[in-house]
Amino acid sequence: MQDLLVEPHDPARDRDWLDRLAQGCARYTPLVALDPPDGLILDIAGAAHLFGGEGALVADAEARLERTGMTVRAALGPTADAARALARYPAPPAPDEAAAIRRLPVAALELDAEATRALTRAGLKTIGDLSSRPMASLAARFGAGAATALRRLTGDAPSPLAPRLTPPPVAAERRFAEPVASAPHAMGVLAELADEAIEALAERGKGGRDFRATFFRSDGLARTIAVETGTPTRDAALVMRLFAERIDALRDPIDPGFGFDTIRLAVPRIEPFDASQLRLEGGAARAPAMDELADRLATRLGRGRVRRYRPADTHIPEQAQLELPAIDAPPPQAWPAPAPGEPPLRPFWLFDPPQPIEVIAEVPDGPPQRFRWRRALHAVRRYEGPERIAAEWWRRRDNKGLTRDYYRIEDDRGRRYWLFRHGLYEEKPDPRWYIHGLFA
Amino acid sequence: MRESSSPLAGLRRRVARIAASGGLSGARAEGWLASGHAGFDAALGGGLAVGRVHEIFADPLDAATAAAFAALLALRGGGTAPLFWLRTADAARQGGHLYAPGIAELGGDPDRLLLVETADTKALLAAANDALRCHGSAAVVVESRGRLPALDLTAGRRLALGARDAGTVLLLLRLGAEPAPSVADTRWRIAAAPSRELEANAPGAPAFDLELLRWRAGPAGGRWRLEWNRDDQAFRDAALSGAVLPLASRRALEPHGAEAA
Repeated sequence: MQDLLVEPHDPARDRDWLDRLAQGCARYTPLVALDPPDGLILDIAGAAHLFGGEGALVADAEARLERTGMTVRAALGPTADAARALARYPAPPAPDEAAAIRRLPVAALELDAEATRALTRAGLKTIGDLSSRPMASLAARFGAGAATALRRLTGDAPSPLAPRLTPPPVAAERRFAEPVASAPHAMGVLAELADEAIEALAERGKGGRDFRATFFRSDGLARTIAVETGTPTRDAALVMRLFAERIDALRDPIDPGFGFDTIRLAVPRIEPFDASQLRLEGGAARAPAMDELADRLATRLGRGRVRRYRPADTHIPEQAQLELPAIDAPPPQAWPAPAPGEPPLRPFWLFDPPQPIEVIAEVPDGPPQRFRWRRALHAVRRYEGPERIAAEWWRRRDNKGLTRDYYRIEDDRGRRYWLFRHGLYEEKPDPRWYIHGLFA
Repeated sequence: MRESSSPLAGLRRRVARIAASGGLSGARAEGWLASGHAGFDAALGGGLAVGRVHEIFADPLDAATAAAFAALLALRGGGTAPLFWLRTADAARQGGHLYAPGIAELGGDPDRLLLVETADTKALLAAANDALRCHGSAAVVVESRGRLPALDLTAGRRLALGARDAGTVLLLLRLGAEPAPSVADTRWRIAAAPSRELEANAPGAPAFDLELLRWRAGPAGGRWRLEWNRDDQAFRDAALSGAVLPLASRRALEPHGAEAA
């Protein structure tokens, strides 16, 4: 076989591809569920008439998926499980849906091999054979699983769908008779959709935090671009600026291919949008320009790259601060206030993880006299300590942990360091020293 | 003594906060980032000018000192204006993290700090440009390590124009770099200075050795040794002789300063 092309099986990439196909199928209905490894389930209730009926919708979906190189077997059913079984198990043609389900083989129940064999041995070959029996005896003989699967297939029990994305509370969509092949035109349409979505938000008294634009290409694939804001917004121009920022930062630009035939803007996250609060002394309580700048930088650099600091309630120094994405940071909390008259007891600069150093101390338990850090020797002129910080033993499985003895150190050049010995001598025979930070 | 001064210092801070909250800008309403040290501010005609670019050079070992000086100048005197701190993503690995509890210990408000990390220096300067053009920040601090080839004269000019147009101030923190011609209004070298000794030979309040390398509007060469007083939210003299020291006397002062400190 000369023309045989061999590729190793890569389930993760298959799954990714399935996800992309599902994204493309979101043009028909927002309720798209994955049925790995190779199935998609679409809930088209209430959506079929938009495409000229169920038959036309199926034909359109089949044509599009086949254009991506897939072999498609489509089926419609009254419930998700029934549709799935009809697509996956070949059954002889039938006059209606109920008859088609009755003609399915018992393998369509997808029970384990033993149960399926037991059913066929008992002479029960099709779903129709099974459903004519009393359910109770079926459950007693073949297990409750068989009964449940059967009830789901026939529609007596609900077969819930776990959609890939939940439908957004606010969405706007535009379909084109002729695919739009120019990116600027597509952005113009997106701007119109933004206006529509903002209007819908205003009617509800809400503002959007998360905006997702999906560009459906005529060849069946789709591309979603999302932007977030730190505060609820109803400013269409701002949303469009963020989209422009995001698209500029994309490593691979949006490729219209043969054109987009649908563009959708969804607002999955909405929050109450209050009239802006004015301060007692005058002026707005928040600076919108700052919020917008933070949003814009987060959109361009990545949401985790723009951060704010929040305190955490712990004595362990490296855990006492949280660096949180500014877009999602909780409201400010009070920081521990320093005692007046005291010098700063915490460094300005923290090394995380702490850097190991070599220390010479007069007595093993005493403060350092000299230390070597980054190949340079530093002589200690002033020190204060130890400040003893115990490990959080209550969080640890072995209820132990090394105590740290912290020293504030000033060397002969006036530089101030924060050193600690990791472990008391009774805890560890030869505790190591670390530098944990630099004071101003 | 300490008990009685605690509420007083707290009240003073609150008063400063209320006084500064008239605008978003706080201490920079007058167009200067003032240090609160009369001699220093007078010598510079008010402080570090707003709407300009200022360069701060420091040895990497003095990184915390230089960074704290920049942060304290910007956060001094309360207010709510945010301080943008821009650095590259590998800065934390090379030099450590900004430590918010330490900023609170110095009397700054860590909630005003907005940390922006970029992938490389090119994106760093682009983000600085955006941050500068946004009116209402306390200051924009750009932290960099080593040479910064992306910051050529064109890029520097762009930053300077951005700061001038929006009335914001850019503090370029150049760690481990050598001063080179640039568009900066002032250029500083900052190092840690020995602190005033506390009881039992404990290190005292942060002390800074400042050297004015270049100043567009006046003579360079000024040297100061300042100490940060958290309770007054101001810098003050660290050495006994203090104030502006002529270049030549610095060598002579070193041992004296060390003794006095």
